[in-house]
Amino acid sequence: MKIAIVDYGMGNLHSVVKSMQLVAAEHAEVVLTADAAIIDAADKVVFPGQGAMPDCMAHLQESGLIASVRRAAAEKPFLGICVGAQLMFERSEEGPTDSLGIFKGDVVRFPAEKMVDANGQKLKVPHMGWNNMTIRREHPLWAGIADGERFYFVHSYHFAPAEDIAVIESAYPYTFAAAVARDHIFAIQCHPEKSSAAGLKLLQNFVHWNGN
Amino acid sequence: MPLAKRIIPCLDVTAGRVVKGVNFVGLRDAGDPVEIAKKYNDQGADELTFLDITASSDNRDLILHVIEAVASQVFIPLTVGGGVRQVGDVRRLLNAGADKVSINTTAVTNPEVVRDAAAKFGSQAIVVAIDAKAVNDDNSRWEVFTHGGRKATGLDAVEWALKMQDYGAGEILLTSMDRDGTKIGFNLPLTRAISDAVNIPVIASGGVGNLQHLVDGVLQGHADAVLAASIFHFGEYTVREAKEAMRAAGIEVRL
Repeated sequence: MKIAIVDYGMGNLHSVVKSMQLVAAEHAEVVLTADAAIIDAADKVVFPGQGAMPDCMAHLQESGLIASVRRAAAEKPFLGICVGAQLMFERSEEGPTDSLGIFKGDVVRFPAEKMVDANGQKLKVPHMGWNNMTIRREHPLWAGIADGERFYFVHSYHFAPAEDIAVIESAYPYTFAAAVARDHIFAIQCHPEKSSAAGLKLLQNFVHWNGN
Repeated sequence: MPLAKRIIPCLDVTAGRVVKGVNFVGLRDAGDPVEIAKKYNDQGADELTFLDITASSDNRDLILHVIEAVASQVFIPLTVGGGVRQVGDVRRLLNAGADKVSINTTAVTNPEVVRDAAAKFGSQAIVVAIDAKAVNDDNSRWEVFTHGGRKATGLDAVEWALKMQDYGAGEILLTSMDRDGTKIGFNLPLTRAISDAVNIPVIASGGVGNLQHLVDGVLQGHADAVLAASIFHFGEYTVREAKEAMRAAGIEVRL
């Protein structure tokens, strides 16, 4: 089995590659690639991203990999991470982005006027650090991960889905969709590759997931 | 169940090895960087910070091997600082597996490096380290120092933090220079003034001698994260014990 990690020139993919290789072990070959043919031939695809969403989309367009990414999302187990996951929505408040629109909905900024905790203390943006993941709907990729487990986040924008696809929620301070899923697609806002044992468990579940 | 306050052990690296010593005196080899990083990860460290204290530029690239080795086996966020002078240095460290790069003296001498690096790699990857100490008797005004606290800059620390936020810093690593190595706790008014002024997370550093100091940094200093070195390295406390103390004080932690 082959798992392709899409490299379209956005950010540091070292940890994504190393963590996937660790959990894939002998079960799958993990390749970091900017080659459309390798993505097309892969059994599963990981679609990461880091930085500003408009920049990521511009890089993806320049890479010539959009068609392959779309085909992969239409056909096989597909994991979007962070800005890669954000790119799967229709629009972003971060700037004009002709993004993929695989999911209906927007990517919105944590609004300044809401960033206060229960004690009245200011909440910082980016939302950076370990926050709880609450199961909204059971999903095979969450097998063996506790309800309420903490994952590592670093982001200033979050998904606002316009369809009922949220599987995991987090709160800062209000509840938002931290992971969404439909069919064989799973997209997560935080960084499983930086979330220690729980994050590795999620990636390992992806290695063994047939998309059902 | 809100966002957890973070505990970050800081490791000094020279010539590719982790060392420990008191105020840079009597440095001893502390062991293999990967093994030490794994140990802190197992104890529940939320992130790790590596500070390159290599004096000779010949050996600077050795930190890259350390980061690469650690990032291949320990999957929590890694910050690297020390000797970052240009955007190319930031790129090399990120490519080696660092998640964030901390810029200190260069932020003062050439702030455009912060702006350029944030534009290129995203604010989430850029930490500005500020070494500050009080310049009046009632500890209500603080100045930025560089070169390990030896050189005054004339910059007001709070204004400087706001400026670095504008330049694209995603986080501030604030060291109370007048407390560093003293083990009497963070400069809390300084920490609070900066944390309340900016909208980005602030990591408090400098002066930690016991677990109550970590609690004070969060509850009184309003820090989003606390960094400590010696209390962990010399086995006085584990990261887990630190988190248990913070939880007992009503602070949200990842345990």
